[in-house]
Amino acid sequence: MTSVADVRRPGGRRAAGRSAWFLVLPALIPILLFSVGPLLYGVLLALTDAQSGRTQATRWIGALNFRDLVHDTLFWESFRIGLVWAAGVTVPQFLLALGLALLLSQDLRLRGLVRALAIVPWAMPEVVVGIMWRLVYNPDAGILNETLRDLGLGDGHDWLGALATALPAVIVVGVWAGLPQTTVALLAGLQNVPRELHEAAAVDGAGAWRRFRAVTWPALRPVALAITALNLIWNLNSFALVYVLTSGGPGGKTRLPSLFAYEEAFRYGQFGYAAAMGCVLVAVVSVLLAVFLAGRLRGGAPA
Amino acid sequence: MRTRRIVRAGQHTALLGYLLFLAFPLLWLLSTALKSPRELGSPHPTWIPRHPTLANVRQAFQEQPLAHAALNSLLVALATAVVAVVLATPMAYVMARHRTRLARAATGWVVVSQAFPFVLVIIPLFLVLKNLRLVDSLTGLVVVYVVWALPFALWMLVGHVRAVPAELEEAAAVDGAGRLRTLVSVTAPLLAPGIAATALFAFVTAWNEFFFALVLLKSPGRQTLPVVLTHFIGAEGVADLGPLAAAAFLATLPSLAVFALVQRRITAGLLAGAVKS
Repeated sequence: MTSVADVRRPGGRRAAGRSAWFLVLPALIPILLFSVGPLLYGVLLALTDAQSGRTQATRWIGALNFRDLVHDTLFWESFRIGLVWAAGVTVPQFLLALGLALLLSQDLRLRGLVRALAIVPWAMPEVVVGIMWRLVYNPDAGILNETLRDLGLGDGHDWLGALATALPAVIVVGVWAGLPQTTVALLAGLQNVPRELHEAAAVDGAGAWRRFRAVTWPALRPVALAITALNLIWNLNSFALVYVLTSGGPGGKTRLPSLFAYEEAFRYGQFGYAAAMGCVLVAVVSVLLAVFLAGRLRGGAPA
Repeated sequence: MRTRRIVRAGQHTALLGYLLFLAFPLLWLLSTALKSPRELGSPHPTWIPRHPTLANVRQAFQEQPLAHAALNSLLVALATAVVAVVLATPMAYVMARHRTRLARAATGWVVVSQAFPFVLVIIPLFLVLKNLRLVDSLTGLVVVYVVWALPFALWMLVGHVRAVPAELEEAAAVDGAGRLRTLVSVTAPLLAPGIAATALFAFVTAWNEFFFALVLLKSPGRQTLPVVLTHFIGAEGVADLGPLAAAAFLATLPSLAVFALVQRRITAGLLAGAVKS
């Protein structure tokens, strides 16, 4: 077999390279045109005074948008809310998903049902998740207030409409919506855990917590790190859930940076300024990504 | 032995807790969808509707152009699934089989694209599509969805291609099959289940997507289901709850059906891509 392959080789390699390009181009062209291109174009837009529907030509204004952004207290408030939201969703999501994954890897009753059910939030359109939780939180017709009334724990609270509870309420929805994906990733990661080692540790009298620390966690760590970094990034970029739940209200208490930039661009037409906001978000996400990759390299574990 | 039983009981209790947390909003959505307007207005809502009715479904279709929106969503999702797979499969093949600089750059892009802040991308994309007269058009939306679905499609397909032994292709080459013929009659059939799973996943992604549809589609006749669903919620946040719940429930069914079909493969694909890259 090798001899035939050798015969075919002269000139074959260059031909293979050419046909490789031929196979790659159909996907590469749209990627360059509608993904890489717009990203670069967006960075350039941030340096202009572009507005929608304006008759004058767009001008270069250098870093003016960024200088304005530094003094834009509304944006920084939105940015702070975005960080609280991203951390507030990602951390509980990870802990709950870890617990669920560990339970699902045991041989328990109800396991099949929970596994099947856990897929539902993943498959649902985000808009439907938002609508559904609006029904749960509804001050009059919602099940949350009704349950609290039954338990004698207060009455008629407007969860999404009140300044104090709006952000925690949307964070709970974020956790619910992202739980399945994280759980599935961690369940997959648990398959890397060497079973014999687990049993050996149990025989040696190691308790559940010790076994988790010494056997499970080291094997799970790369997957846990990857899914947490991705969750953090996805949550920082998230839009639809909160848009449907509160549209950023009340009083901007749940206005995530993506909602802020969306309003700036498509309600007020400030394309250049909104692009500058996008750039700040990209910078933050890049830093997170770099930290994550550095951590992964240092961990030295191939994932 | 006794502690073991206690641990077991604790585990079952915890699992039950998860079950309740995951299920209760879904059950409430269903419950609300089946309640009459009278009952929804009454002060003490109950889990089980007192007089279950399907009137909300009819009402929902009357209030908003749901059927038309569903058709738009279906067209966009089908087109996205087909085009994404047709474009991604050859590239995934190259990424899996050739260790070239191009393949590495593509893999890098797949990872980085997960971090893409779409708020930054949407503004220039909107301007580009406007120049191409593709704003407020389903074609324009499909273009965006395809590009947006490509990273994950590539990721999954690369894993599936690697699962096809290269020796099979070499054997076909030895037997005198050309490169194209090898791909079509040896690789493609083995790859078919993976391609189908990838297409279905792209379908669900497009069916569920909201942000790009919100920005790009303006005429009511062209909007997709998620966008039309938000119209049930009025400017003051007041909504006709029954029809809203019914419509939301119906809009979920296609995603659920497709997802149930491919979930196992998606998980496998995720792993296949992850383990070997």
